[in-house]
Amino acid sequence: MAGGSPDPIIRVRDISVQFGTTKVLDGLNLDVRRGEILGFVGPSGAGKSVLTRTIIGLIPKVGGRIEVFGIDLDAADAATRRGVERRWGVLFQQGALFSSLSVRQNIQFPVREYLDVSERLLDEITIAKLGMVGLQPEVADRFPSELSGGMIKRVALARALALDPELVFLDEPTSGLDPIGAGDFDELVRTLQRTLGLTVFMVTHDLDSLYTACDRIAVLGSGKIIAAGTIEDMKASQHPWLRQYFHGKRARAVVV
Amino acid sequence: MDGDPTLERIAQGNGLALCAAGSWTARFAGDLEQLVGDAEKLQGSRPNIFIDVSNVSKLDTFGAWLIERLRRNLAQGGVEAKIAGLSANYSSLVDEVRRVKTGPEAEAPPATIAGFLDRVGRSVYGLGETLIALIGMLGAVLAAGGRVMLHPSGFRVTSTVHHLEQVCWRAVPIVVLITFLIGCIISQQGIFHFRKFGADVFVVDMLGVLVLREIGVLLVAIMVAGRSGSAYTAELGSMKMREEIDALRTMGFDPIEVLILPRMLALVIALPILAFLGAVSALYGGGLVAWLYGGVDPEAFLLRLRDAISIDHFTVGMIKAPVMAAVIGIVACVEGLAVEGSAESLGQHTTASVVKGIFLVIVMDGVFAIFFASIGM
Repeated sequence: MAGGSPDPIIRVRDISVQFGTTKVLDGLNLDVRRGEILGFVGPSGAGKSVLTRTIIGLIPKVGGRIEVFGIDLDAADAATRRGVERRWGVLFQQGALFSSLSVRQNIQFPVREYLDVSERLLDEITIAKLGMVGLQPEVADRFPSELSGGMIKRVALARALALDPELVFLDEPTSGLDPIGAGDFDELVRTLQRTLGLTVFMVTHDLDSLYTACDRIAVLGSGKIIAAGTIEDMKASQHPWLRQYFHGKRARAVVV
Repeated sequence: MDGDPTLERIAQGNGLALCAAGSWTARFAGDLEQLVGDAEKLQGSRPNIFIDVSNVSKLDTFGAWLIERLRRNLAQGGVEAKIAGLSANYSSLVDEVRRVKTGPEAEAPPATIAGFLDRVGRSVYGLGETLIALIGMLGAVLAAGGRVMLHPSGFRVTSTVHHLEQVCWRAVPIVVLITFLIGCIISQQGIFHFRKFGADVFVVDMLGVLVLREIGVLLVAIMVAGRSGSAYTAELGSMKMREEIDALRTMGFDPIEVLILPRMLALVIALPILAFLGAVSALYGGGLVAWLYGGVDPEAFLLRLRDAISIDHFTVGMIKAPVMAAVIGIVACVEGLAVEGSAESLGQHTTASVVKGIFLVIVMDGVFAIFFASIGM
């Protein structure tokens, strides 16, 4: 599972994260390959979001090593880190839109900080990004508190994609969306991955997403990756949690 | 290949080929805009123009959009513009940006005198609304209080005690410290100036009346407005933002009864206690300075104090305290419930809560001064 893949964009080695005395991640290894969509599953509370936040650098780790784009994030100086941060986008579970900025300002925020472009291009790119995530230009001048849950996810994705990153972290992107909306979202991620050559790290509980959007799946359990591979590998696995997850009542409904 | 983006012009018969090459990505967005801006000026110069993108090594949304924008602008100028050499990888991206509709840019309304007057009018009108909201909240709290009196089991003792700890017990050190210092200052200033007339000892009169009647309670009320009023607004505001207040309502609870009544009650109980402690502390500080700096020994100070002030001064202070607490609490709760979805709104309402709270406390103090003067207290 931790085997040396040709060109890993994220390489996580022997990561441990601890809250007080509870070990959440314990010697975890994971590779994410360039250009793939990796679905990351596991029981609620297993530490999926913790791993995501550790890779992004929001949670300190006790031990181990994280390389993103081949750069060791611990050894990197501030400028290198900022360079790396510019190349990834993050979609948080609750969207994490800036509540006092309009949708337009939210999407433009990272662009304005990092690029030297005209107001006109900023506005056009905003509309383009909104279109890409399936929203009308009229949404641009609304505030986050005036959006529905699904719209918040879409705007947050548009913001994560604002700088055309190479790597996107999605934390439960389809939770809280209706099945059609979730399907569209998966399709959208897939299209963007194809067109932009994105690598996607997606924490999800949505079996449909795993089937339709993901190239590979990694499963987290008791602080480690218990399995990683294609959906077929997962279905063939004899691990009790995996059997229940992929052959349970809800799973059958998806396959049928 | 992965270098700076370029856009070369190559004449082809009566047409023109614009050969894009390099990395057309966000990193170079500034340069790209320049390139495309220059090329847009070709509009109308040739009957047909090809945009050849076969040499583009990397393309993202920024690059794709700028190519599309160039095509559109050229087409608008009557040129037959086409994009050629698009690799399969990027065609879906270009299709995606092709669907983008750019509308006319919204312009901010210009600042005019009429606009300024309009805003002034609206804020004056808003003042009336604030007043109505305050009266409404007072009514709601009294009604909830009445209901609780009829059904005492609905009274939230734990919550009230918790808030009492927050606004009263934990406020004691800072209130005592500040009033002590103010007492010291009044006393020092009094002695310094009264000494010129040989009236040192009258500083005790001034200190007693000021502290017990005005400064003590006013100062404590201002501190409580800054300390607890803002906390109430922030608490209620963030609960409102996260729909917690709506959740309470759907479970059949009255937010006024559950959240606001205990807070109000805690404040109304706390302020007289704090004002009393503050007055004691200020008198102590004043007395200390009078003794050490002014040479008025403690015995003389107490004797003079007993003569100078009557129980009326103390009663006036104590009557004012709970009323001021109610004003602070009501303002804080109204502002808290007025918070909307954004973090900015929370900040604005917390500020408004403290500013309005302090303002109204001072206005109330003025009203009380007139009232007590006219009844001869």
